[in-house]
Amino acid sequence: MKSFTYERVSTPAQAAAAIAAKPGAKFLAGGTNLIDLMKLQIETPGHLIDIGGIGLDKIERLPNGGVRIGALVTNTDLAADLHIRKEYGILSRALLAGASGQLRNKATTAGNLLQRTRCPYFYDTNQQCNKRVPGSGCAAIAGFSKQLAVIGSSDACIATHPSDMAVAMMVLDAIVETISPAGKSRLIPIAQLYRLPGKAPHLETTLEKNELITSVMLPAPVGGRHIYHKVRDRASYAFALVSVAAIVFKDGTGRIAVGGIAPKPWRVPGAESLLPSGAKIFTAKLMAGARPTKENEFKISLVERTVGLVLKQAKS
Amino acid sequence: MENEIGTGRISRREMLAGTAVAITTLAITKVTGLEAGPAVSAITPVVSAGISFTVNGKLHKLEVDTRTTLLDMLREHLHLTGTKKGCDHGQCGACTVIVNGRRINSCLSLALQHESDSITTIEGLGTPDQLHPMQSAFIKHDGYQCGYCTPGQICSAVAVLEEMKAGIPSHATADLTSETAFTNAEFRERMSGNLCRCGAYSNIAEAAAEVAGT
Repeated sequence: MKSFTYERVSTPAQAAAAIAAKPGAKFLAGGTNLIDLMKLQIETPGHLIDIGGIGLDKIERLPNGGVRIGALVTNTDLAADLHIRKEYGILSRALLAGASGQLRNKATTAGNLLQRTRCPYFYDTNQQCNKRVPGSGCAAIAGFSKQLAVIGSSDACIATHPSDMAVAMMVLDAIVETISPAGKSRLIPIAQLYRLPGKAPHLETTLEKNELITSVMLPAPVGGRHIYHKVRDRASYAFALVSVAAIVFKDGTGRIAVGGIAPKPWRVPGAESLLPSGAKIFTAKLMAGARPTKENEFKISLVERTVGLVLKQAKS
Repeated sequence: MENEIGTGRISRREMLAGTAVAITTLAITKVTGLEAGPAVSAITPVVSAGISFTVNGKLHKLEVDTRTTLLDMLREHLHLTGTKKGCDHGQCGACTVIVNGRRINSCLSLALQHESDSITTIEGLGTPDQLHPMQSAFIKHDGYQCGYCTPGQICSAVAVLEEMKAGIPSHATADLTSETAFTNAEFRERMSGNLCRCGAYSNIAEAAAEVAGT
């Protein structure tokens, strides 16, 4: 790891001020992604601001019937929360499908949203990667791309977003709340949080410089059958090849977001009216414009079959 | 470890460390004076900070390089070498310890993140004279071969039983809104973050089942 100075702050306002004061500083929450990347010198902050003690670790009910989830609520606590389990089951299921018990105990809500890709070429600093070194190329496109994106990608980058939680948040229409060093609060619908790589894969979110996520809000519960189906090479402790987060209502309508296939959870609201017509027709619309590699083109039919399975389960 | 020092015997670790120093000294003696290398460029100074926490009931106050992980703090600074470094990247679980009642991968945590925390390592769960029930069960059910993953497995298994008692669900839990029962499938899912290359999994599961009372 490269050397860094370290400070601990006690409030969100202090955190926002601290990051503005030191160029090259990063927030440290759970650290389960950041410290991993720092060990490989993929992330090299000169200064760490430990926000573990600033609160933001509660789940509160909102007057509109929704919830506000503090940015620092751990993945375990969020998945285990009784109200979340009952009314936002898809979120619990998605969280529990990810990582390991040890990691879920330390990883935070905001950290989970902001975690970086596990593309093996991003992780190997000997390889070309436009995310790590803009303009250096993408070794993944002609490399081992089985785990990587089939849609939303570009000629510069085919990395996927690895989070399960984010797929559920997408299907729940989550809203990310932030604070800026100037003290301004902002709301970002999750569908607008992530950037597609295009020509600048190193820009991953629409967060502004030094913006701190303070919470994630969920609208009032919508009911329906909640199913998260994750297809992966191992039965546990592996990232998704394809995952489907579905909320299906009795009349056959619903919402679907797909993980493991794109730089962000993939949801096309315009395709959802086709759900009652079945998986084949819906998936054709959802995956329109897909540009897979030879190694990962299997994911497209895998999405269709997984959606079909989920729709069948929702009916039973 | 303490027993060996008391009887004057050299431990395996001390023997290897001593041999390594002897060989290194010999190599340096041979090279120095033959070739004068370029002047050493400026070295970035180490940044240190103070941290204070409780480990196995004992308060510790130390000054460490900010980059020190909790794992390295425990092993290198406190000489609690029961906790192992397997992958150092949060993928194998050999570094599992219990912090404020929750199991975490100590390799992905900075020591500095644990101000005032209460940490339990394998050494704190039990001793050779006073084994933790999970340790006894691992011995009885032959829950290890080489033993390298074992401290992490035991810490994790102990924590898993607590998580189940606390009603925390898992990927294997059929109904999210009802109580979680100890089953083999539940235990294996919850322990998926602890790898064992010797393949002692089935015996580990039986050991935990006994402690869970099933």
